[in-house]
Amino acid sequence: MRRVNWLRMAVIGVAVALIEALCRGGVIKPFTMTPPSQMLADLLPLLSSAEMLQHVAETLVNVATALLFAIVVGFLAGAVLFVLPRVRRVVDPLLSSYYAIPIFVFYPLFVVLFGLNRTPQIVIGFLLAVVAMIINTLNGFDRVPPVLLKTAKVLRMGRVATTRRVFLPYATLYIFTGLKLAVAYSFIGVIAAEFILSGAGIGYEINFAYNNFDNHVMYPLIVLIILISTFINMSLYAWEKRFLERQTGR
Amino acid sequence: MAGATAASMATPHAVLEGVTRIYPGTGGRAPLHALGKIDLALARGEFFSVVGPSGCGKSTLLEIVAGLQPLSEGRLVFEDRPVNGQVPDGIGVVFQEDASFPWLSVRDNIAFGLRHNGMDPAEIRRRVEFAIGLMGLREFEGAYPAQLSGGMRQRVCIARTLVLQPRLILLDEPFGALDQQTRLLMGDELLRLWRETGATVLLITHALDEAAMLSDRVGVMSARPGRFLEIVATGWPRERDSRIVEQTGFAEITGRLWARLREESMKAMAADGRRL
Repeated sequence: MRRVNWLRMAVIGVAVALIEALCRGGVIKPFTMTPPSQMLADLLPLLSSAEMLQHVAETLVNVATALLFAIVVGFLAGAVLFVLPRVRRVVDPLLSSYYAIPIFVFYPLFVVLFGLNRTPQIVIGFLLAVVAMIINTLNGFDRVPPVLLKTAKVLRMGRVATTRRVFLPYATLYIFTGLKLAVAYSFIGVIAAEFILSGAGIGYEINFAYNNFDNHVMYPLIVLIILISTFINMSLYAWEKRFLERQTGR
Repeated sequence: MAGATAASMATPHAVLEGVTRIYPGTGGRAPLHALGKIDLALARGEFFSVVGPSGCGKSTLLEIVAGLQPLSEGRLVFEDRPVNGQVPDGIGVVFQEDASFPWLSVRDNIAFGLRHNGMDPAEIRRRVEFAIGLMGLREFEGAYPAQLSGGMRQRVCIARTLVLQPRLILLDEPFGALDQQTRLLMGDELLRLWRETGATVLLITHALDEAAMLSDRVGVMSARPGRFLEIVATGWPRERDSRIVEQTGFAEITGRLWARLREESMKAMAADGRRL
C-alpha cells in the first residue's frame, strides 16, 4: 500500500479511536452515541437476523433499480441531447439548475401517483441520479477531440461505428464519473425516501430506531450504510484507476 | 525521378480544377472566401508540398482533397473519380494534432483501421508487424499513447495510415510539434516510406526547409484566399535524404520559396492586425 493510503487509514483510525475514547470516557453520553467498537459488536447480530436482512435487501434492490434506470435513461438522454443541439440549448439551463430543486418535496406527489410502496423511493433515487448521468455523458461526448472524428471519417466509418469505436471508448471515463455520482445519488435518494415514509428498508429501520432511542440498532445500521457505499466506491475507484493508468500513463 | 515525369503527368493521380472553398456567412457575417481558385495536377508517386502564410487555406485544401470538406466551386478528381465531401477509397491522412486513440495500445492503434475494414486477422498481424518494424516502434508496441513522446505518437499515426496502403497520403504538418533535429530525421523516414510504398504524397507544411528537402515540387500559396503563386520543381533525385540540405541547390530553392512567400506572409499578418 502507498504511503498516502497508510496516512489516510491512520487519519480515519485516529478519528475512530478518539470517538471511542470520548464515548468510553463518558464525554459523549451513551444516549448520544455508542462507542464505534460497540457499533460493530451490535452490527453482527443484526446481520444474522432474517428480518433485518430483508430490510437491507429491500434497500439494495431499490437502489439497484433506481441506479439501473438512471444509467440507461441518463446515458440515452445524454446521447440524444448530444445529437440534437437545438433541444440541448433548450434543456441545458434546466440541467444546470436541476440540483437546486429539492426533489424530496415531490415525495407526497409520488406517493399519490404510485401508491405507498417502494416505487416512490425508487423514483426519488432515479430522479436524483439520472441528471448526473446525463450531464457526464454529454461532457464525455463533448470532449472527443475533433481530430479523432476526422480520423474516423478518413477511415470511412459510419455513425454507428464512430459512436461504438470512438465516442464511447473516449467518453468512458466521463460516463464513469456520472456512474459514480449516480451510485451516490441513488443511495441518498432511496435511503432518505425510506426515512420519510416507508415500512421497510435500512432508512426506515434507522428512523424507527432513532424515534425509539435505540442506539444499538441505529448506529450499526449507519455503519452498515457507510461500509456498503465505501465498498462500492472503492471497487469503482479501483476500476477507474486501472483505466486511467492506461489512458494517461499515470 | 526528378520531379513529376512527363509520363506520370499524362495520367495524373489527382486533379484539382478551379477548386474554391467559400464558407457561408452565419449570424449576419459575410461569407468567407477561404481558398481558391486552385489548379493542380498531382502525378502518381509524386511528393508535393504546399507552403503558405498562416490562414491561407493550406489545411482546407488538404481536407478538400481528403473529402473531409466539400468544395464550393470547381472539380476534384482522384483516380478518375470525382471527390466532393466524401472520403474516397485509397486516401490516408496524417494530421498535425495527435490522432492516436488513447485507450488503445500502439499495436491496436495501428490495427484500428484494418479491423474496422474487417480484414483477415492473419493479414492484419502481418501488416501491423511490418509497420511496427518500419516505424521503429518494436519496443513500444504494447505501450499506450500517453506513455509515448509526441514524435512516437506521430509515428503511430503514420503507421496506422500506412498499413491501409493508401495510394495518396495527405500529411497536414505532421512534424509541426517536433524539434528541428527530430523533424529532419522524421523527414528521412518519410522519404524512405514514400520510396518503399510508391504512394503519392501531399504535404502541408510551414517549414520551407522541410518542403524544399522532401518534395519533388513545392506549391507556394498566397495569403487568403489561398491560390498557387508559383510551383517550384526541386529537381532532386528520388533517392535522397536530409543530407540534401548541404547542397548549394537547397539554399537556392529555400531562398526562392521565401522570396515568394515573404510578401504574402506580411499581407497575412497585416490582415490579422499583427505587426513584426
